[in-house]
Amino acid sequence: MISYLDHAATTPMRSEALEAMMPYLYSYYGNPSGSHSVSRQARDAVEDARQRMALHLGCDPGELVFTSGGTESDNLAIMGVAKARPGKVLCSAFEHRGVLAPCGEVGAILINIDHDGLLDMKHLKSLLDREVSLVSVMLANNEVGTVQPINAIAGLVRTDAPQAVLHTDAVQAAAWMDIARVTSDVGMISVSGHKVGGPKGVGALVIRDGIPYAPLLRGGSHERSRRPGTHNVAGIVGMAAAFDAAAKARDLEHRRVMELRDYFWELLSAIPGIHETAPDHSTKVPGVLSVYFDSLDQQDLLVLLDEQGVCASGGSACSSGAIQPSHVLIAMGYSVTEARGAVRFSLGHTTTREEVVHAAEVVRSAVAQLRGDS
Amino acid sequence: MRVLAAMSGGVDSSVAAALLLDMGHEVTGVTLRLWGGESDSGCCSVADVDDARRVARTLGIVHHVIDDSELFMDRVVMPYIRAHAGGVTPNPCIECNRHIKFGSLLERARRLGYDAIATGHYAKVERLEDDSYVLLRGNDPLKDQSYVLSSLTQDQLRSLLLPLGDMHKSKVREKAASLGLSTAGKPDSLDVCFINSREGRGNFLAKYTDLHEGEIVDSSTGKTIGRVDAVELVTPGQRKGLGLSGGRRYALSVDVAARKVIVGSAGQAYEAGLQLKDITWTTQGRVDEHLGGMRFGATEEGQCTQGRGGEYLDGKRVLVQTSAHGKVRNAMYRDGLVIYDQPERLVSPGQTVAFYSYDFPDMVLGSGIVERGISAEETERQFRQLESSVDISSVDIKPVDTSLVDV
Repeated sequence: MISYLDHAATTPMRSEALEAMMPYLYSYYGNPSGSHSVSRQARDAVEDARQRMALHLGCDPGELVFTSGGTESDNLAIMGVAKARPGKVLCSAFEHRGVLAPCGEVGAILINIDHDGLLDMKHLKSLLDREVSLVSVMLANNEVGTVQPINAIAGLVRTDAPQAVLHTDAVQAAAWMDIARVTSDVGMISVSGHKVGGPKGVGALVIRDGIPYAPLLRGGSHERSRRPGTHNVAGIVGMAAAFDAAAKARDLEHRRVMELRDYFWELLSAIPGIHETAPDHSTKVPGVLSVYFDSLDQQDLLVLLDEQGVCASGGSACSSGAIQPSHVLIAMGYSVTEARGAVRFSLGHTTTREEVVHAAEVVRSAVAQLRGDS
Repeated sequence: MRVLAAMSGGVDSSVAAALLLDMGHEVTGVTLRLWGGESDSGCCSVADVDDARRVARTLGIVHHVIDDSELFMDRVVMPYIRAHAGGVTPNPCIECNRHIKFGSLLERARRLGYDAIATGHYAKVERLEDDSYVLLRGNDPLKDQSYVLSSLTQDQLRSLLLPLGDMHKSKVREKAASLGLSTAGKPDSLDVCFINSREGRGNFLAKYTDLHEGEIVDSSTGKTIGRVDAVELVTPGQRKGLGLSGGRRYALSVDVAARKVIVGSAGQAYEAGLQLKDITWTTQGRVDEHLGGMRFGATEEGQCTQGRGGEYLDGKRVLVQTSAHGKVRNAMYRDGLVIYDQPERLVSPGQTVAFYSYDFPDMVLGSGIVERGISAEETERQFRQLESSVDISSVDIKPVDTSLVDV
């Protein structure tokens, strides 16, 4: 039996997304930038998807740019603003690497994260001034699941750094939260298709009108020249359908997955030496359960879980697929040793009670084996 | 058996994994990620991880990537840097084998419930009737890698499979090609895996430690005859790269603290023996039993006396090898001291010496690390001290006196 508890890495496609995409993988093959009837079919699909995505993200359709995914959206936001308006850049210390890496390139200052996985607002306030051009804080963290007080952050940025653009990486939040409702004061928003049940290789970036932005890619005038390149028509259609389906099922899924996650923790918490990181469930998206085990190597544990069909993840997987201690947990003040014993389980729209029960039993016996008491 | 096969992405470990499958073992592949920085090839690069994964897919086995870069930094890279900073040239591959491949990886394999680990080294492990294990040279004399495994112990040999020990490299490549492995034609990796060729050793070390300009001093005249950019990069025995004109001059010793490289003629670049440290024994039992073939009873109780100018030294016959594919020298061993039968070209402090059995020349006995070379005069002195029945191990070893390096 496979217990897939890595939905934060990617979640299975929703059937609605697959169905919506199929015609655009074969029948409607037009290039949406053309001027004839075949092109128009494809363009209509892209523009229809844009309108629906704009509703989900709370922006005008013209403010929404289709990209190849979360990492590209993050890069376009950081590099695009840094290029158009050079200045001080701030980002939280536990951003996804899609934000951290470009921020590092433009010499960004890191905003502290507290032990509960929430942004240190005092530190943010102390860093804000008229020189700040960009602030990037993720909406929900990918490893521990904590949701940042983005409205309060937006308010602080508006008063203390009026020149600054606020960007949020909402890639992990999109599966669980009504983005339009919570990000109305945010200038730029990144989302990804496959984290909400759409296909991989497609995402979107909201760039509100008036925001200083210089494109990174040069070429055609697609996406109002903000992101040239022929559209991934089927991907865009699939993403929009996935967002529709996720929005429709949100309340139900939210409650169901939260109950499963809490039940899973109830089962796991019986294991000696297990601790939950960011243990306050009220601050987290429902799908994520991040734990660490005393004196245990996450790499050992993940190998044993994999052998028994339990899919979970450690820190950030690097390009070679190996696991390194999580920079997220380090930013939250956990020791390297604690971070080395950390495992993230993430549940999603397809998770069942059987998977959770199976996974808990496998984790229990794997930990016992590694501790030598099996 | 459940075997964890270390796969570097090269042809040897790929074929080793395939052979284990042929033998009926339950095989899982593992690639260690050891180095975050740039590297050309070897154990560390991402491209090699991809190669290993491709091979595992072709073989239909599960493959894991394990990050051990912190331990690698701690046990292999930093000691390498510190050694160079002290004017010593170590062999990082041997330290990696000792601490990483047959250290942390073996421990991990045991934790994960594997019966053994396997690598693509050209050497053989054989189990004896008394349930002890011996490490033997590989059958391919050009590829034999027993030298880099010479620091392994019984506990490590017990859980180690080396499927390539009987094979020649050409057969390994043939096997890889017949299996359609993408690594069949991949060139052998030769260099230190954490240093890339564009950067080179000097630039690499300069990132971590201060390098110092120094004088080149002629051993016979005591005069300064040149300069080097970094004394830390000079290895005793080295001839090239000293920038000296006229006559062949060899680096005899390096004194980092005094910023001096002592050079001499080819004839001076010889030594009579080696003082070793960090001795490990591969064979089971007490040190004496390893030496002189006592285990196999081929000589008279392993005792041997070696005549030298009318003087005699009690010691054990042993074969020593001081580099991966270097020549094998006849020597005597006692208490960390190796005395060659004939003076040999000098070996840099920090290098590993592998011991092989005199009676069974393919059998590894153990290893040690060169602390310093011993001149002929010093040997004579020690013989004299021995005559007055002073144990060699208690001989007070003084720092290298370069005036004595004159054979």
